[in-house]
Amino acid sequence: MGRYVARRIIQFIPTILGTLFLLHLLSILTIQIVGDPVRALFGENAPPQEVILQLQAQYGLDDPCLEQTGNPCLGLFVDRIGQYAQGDFGVDFRQQPVWDQFVQRMPITARMAIIALVFEATVGIFLGMLAGLRKDKFIDNFVRVSTVLLIAFPVFVLGSLVLLIFGLKVGLYLRESSWAPEWLGQMFQIGYNPDYPWLSLTLPGLVLGAFSLAAIARLTRTSLIENLRSDYVRTARAKGLTTRRTIGIHTLRNSLIPVVTFIGVDIGFLLGGSIVTEGIFNVPGVGLLTFQAIERNDTPIIIGVVTILSIVFLVANLLVDILYAALDPRIRYE
Amino acid sequence: MSDLSAAEAATTAEPGAVAEGTTGSNRSLWGDVRYELVRSPVFWISSVLVLIALLMAFFPQLFASTSPNAAGACDLNDARVKPTWDKPFGYTAAGCDMWASLVWGTGKSVIVAILATAGTVILGVGLGTASGWFGGFTDSIIGRITDIFFGLPFILGALVFLAIFPTRNIWTISLVLVIFGWTSLTRVMRGSVIATKQRDFVDAARALGATDLFIIRKHILANSIAPVIVLATIGLGAYISVEATLTFLGVGYQRPTVSWGLLVNEGQNLALAGFWHLLIYPCAFIVVTVLAFILLGDVLRDALDPRSR
Repeated sequence: MGRYVARRIIQFIPTILGTLFLLHLLSILTIQIVGDPVRALFGENAPPQEVILQLQAQYGLDDPCLEQTGNPCLGLFVDRIGQYAQGDFGVDFRQQPVWDQFVQRMPITARMAIIALVFEATVGIFLGMLAGLRKDKFIDNFVRVSTVLLIAFPVFVLGSLVLLIFGLKVGLYLRESSWAPEWLGQMFQIGYNPDYPWLSLTLPGLVLGAFSLAAIARLTRTSLIENLRSDYVRTARAKGLTTRRTIGIHTLRNSLIPVVTFIGVDIGFLLGGSIVTEGIFNVPGVGLLTFQAIERNDTPIIIGVVTILSIVFLVANLLVDILYAALDPRIRYE
Repeated sequence: MSDLSAAEAATTAEPGAVAEGTTGSNRSLWGDVRYELVRSPVFWISSVLVLIALLMAFFPQLFASTSPNAAGACDLNDARVKPTWDKPFGYTAAGCDMWASLVWGTGKSVIVAILATAGTVILGVGLGTASGWFGGFTDSIIGRITDIFFGLPFILGALVFLAIFPTRNIWTISLVLVIFGWTSLTRVMRGSVIATKQRDFVDAARALGATDLFIIRKHILANSIAPVIVLATIGLGAYISVEATLTFLGVGYQRPTVSWGLLVNEGQNLALAGFWHLLIYPCAFIVVTVLAFILLGDVLRDALDPRSR
C-alpha cells in the first residue's frame, strides 16, 4: 500500500505539470493568434499606447514571445509555475487578486458540491442496486428509463426548469404558507441565503448531482449484474452464506470499484457544472465568479480560476485513486 | 458526459463473439446487429427523431419558410407574445416566431455535434489504434498525453479557450470540442484494439505474411470499431448538450445567431416573470434531440454487446 501511494504521487507530478502546461499552451496560442485580452477589452476605442503597455506589463502580457505565433513561451511558463507555487494566480481587471476571491467563495461551492456528491452517491448506488438485483423487472425498467431521461437533460436546462417549477412555484407557496416549517421553504429557495448555509443550497446541489446520479445508477447496475454472474458469487452461495452477506459484502464491494473511479472523474464535472448551477441559482460561489467574469470578459479571472480548479480536480483524483487501492487489493501488487 | 459512456463502453466485450453464440444460422456480426435492431421499437423511434433533427439541421426551410434572421422576419410588437391556437409556439423575446427560431437553430447545434464527432472519431481511432497495436513506447507517449488532457475538466478547458477567442463560430466551437473530446474515444479504441489483437485470426493473418498495415485495415479496424460507433452516437447527443451549455454560459454562439442555448439563456429570466413558453420550448427541443441520440446509442450498444442479452 505504501509503495503504491508513493508511486502514485510520483506519477502525479508530471501529470499536474503537463495539465498546467497544456492550459498555458492553449491560452498562449490563442493570445498569439488573436491578440491579447487587454486590447480586446477596449475594442475600437483603444486608449493611448502607454496605457496599453502599462496594462500589459501589469497582467504579465508584455513578454515578447506572445507575439511569435507557435512559440511555447517556456520561460513564461516557468515564471507562472513559480507564482502559482506562492499562491499568486494573478489579479483580475479590477485589481483584485484571483486567489483571494477564490478562497473567499470556495466554501459555498464546496458545500454545494458535497450536497451533490452525497445525493448522487447514495441515491445513485441505491437505485442501481435495486435495478441490478431485480433485472428486467418493473423497478429495473423504471430506473433505466428515468436515468436515460435524466442524462438527456443538460445541467442548465434542468437548472432553469427546476428553478422555475420548484424554486418559484413550490418554494414561494411553501414560504408563504402558514403550515410549512421555515426549513422546508428554505430548501426550495431560489437563491442563496446566508442564514441557511446548507439548506438553501439543496436545490442547486440536487440539480448539480442529477446527471451523475443517473450515471452512477447505470454503472452500479451494470457492474452488479456482471458480478452476480461471476464464479466467486456462486462459490459464496454454495458455501451457504446468507444472501445478505453474498450481496452486501462480496458482490457490492466489487461492484462499487468502477463507481469509485467514476466519482473521481465526476469531481471535474461537478466543478464545471457549478459554473452553470451557480449562475442560474445566483449562488455566490466560485462558479458565479466565473460566470460573471465571462459576462465581463475578465480573462485573468477565468484563466486563474480554471487553473486552480484543475489543480483541485487532479488532487481529488489522486485521493480517489488511493482510496481505490484500499478497495481493490489487486492494484497494490502491480 | 462522455466519461460515463467511456466507462460503460469499456466494459463491452469484443463484438466478434456475437456471431458464435447465436442459433446455428451463419449470420455475420452486422447481420446479427441488423436482426436485433429492426425488432426494437426504441430503435425506430430514436432513428425517426434523429432523422427529423438532421432534416431540420440541413433543410430548415422545409419546416419553417422564413429564417428569423431574414429582413422583416421579426417584429418587436410581437415580442414575448404567448402561444395561441394559430401560433402554438408563440414569439421569442425579440419578436421572432418561436417555431422558426427553434427550427433554424437546430443546424447550429447539430452541425457542431457532427463536426466534433467526426474530428474525435478520426483522432480517437487513429491514436487509439496506434497505441493499442504498437504498444510500448508509442502507447506510453499517447497514454501520457491522454492523461494530461484528462486532467482538464471538459467545460473548464473549453471555457478558457473560447473566452479568449473573439470569434466563436461553428469552426472554433467544434475545434474546442475536438481538442477536449478525443481522449475518451482514444482510450476505448485502444482497449478494443488490444482485445482484438489477441484473437487467433490476427495470428493467422500474420503467419500468412500480412503486413501490419494490412492487418490493421482488414482485421483490426472492422473488429474493434463497434464500441467507438456506440460512443460516437452518444457523443453526438453529448456534444449538442455541451455546445448549448457553452452558448448558455456566453462563450458559444453570439447574437444575432439563432441557437438553442441563446434562446434558453434569454428565456430563463423571462420565464420567472411568467413567459414560460420562452423557456419550455427551447428546453424541450434540446432534451428531445439529445435523448434521441442517447437512445440510439443505447440500442446500438445492446445490439453490439453479447453480454447484455
